[in-house]
Amino acid sequence: MTEETALEIQDTEKREVAETGAERTRDRLAFVPRADVYETDEGITVVADMPGVDENCVDITLEQNVLTINGYVELEQPEGLNLAYAEYQVGDYQRAFTLSDQIDRDGIEAVVKDGVLRLYLPKVTEAQRRKISIKAG
Amino acid sequence: MLMRPYAGWTPAWREMERLRREMNRLFSTWPRQASGATASGYPAMNVWTDEDNAVVTAELPGVVLDDIDITVEDDVLTLRGSRKPDEVEGATYHRQERRYGSFLRTFRLPFRVDAEKVEASFAKGVLRIALPRAAEDKPRKITVRAA
Repeated sequence: MTEETALEIQDTEKREVAETGAERTRDRLAFVPRADVYETDEGITVVADMPGVDENCVDITLEQNVLTINGYVELEQPEGLNLAYAEYQVGDYQRAFTLSDQIDRDGIEAVVKDGVLRLYLPKVTEAQRRKISIKAG
Repeated sequence: MLMRPYAGWTPAWREMERLRREMNRLFSTWPRQASGATASGYPAMNVWTDEDNAVVTAELPGVVLDDIDITVEDDVLTLRGSRKPDEVEGATYHRQERRYGSFLRTFRLPFRVDAEKVEASFAKGVLRIALPRAAEDKPRKITVRAA
């Protein structure tokens, strides 16, 4: 039924989240989104492929220094049609990163566009680190 | 039917439960899985059909609609496109798992398609192409008259 030629992009199979200890409450597949993580002097950027996710169904938490990304995907099936051939499965996304640097929590920015999450985590600047706030007595 | 253990979940029961869910899922929603990772090109496609329609979906996160080229000829759908890398200067990459570059995929549909009526939409990184069956390809019912 298929003939295909893959050019530069290959090996794009989705990786399922391994079940460890705590089970997921949603009876749905969960995948580990493919991500790029890069760092500059100013901050860390995380870019994750999460097709099917928009800004309303992604949860990001930063607790201690663990960044957790959750994306919830609603199954959208063409009405009245039957799935005749399947190469990929649809499910939620789940991934956690441990961040080494101190992050300025108030400066975190997240954008979701075309199924890609872009997360910018600015580092605490040297000045911020040294600053000691003094309250009026 | 499975009996519920009375003293909470033991690892064995949990494993059984996981297996059961897996089996249910495989049998209920997955009529035909492409055999293994090597069978498919990029992007992976799901194909939904009935008598007169086919809908093809593909996950293309981060691809711009202008960079996707869809052509249909008879019963062959061709999808061409590319994904451009982020332009980052002076950054150190800790992980680079996302793929960039061009892709080309052809797919043979179960019937010939009316190319004029093909509609494609792209939302949340998911491409969806609706392909109605060509009128001349539809089976014709032949009435047999009594002589």
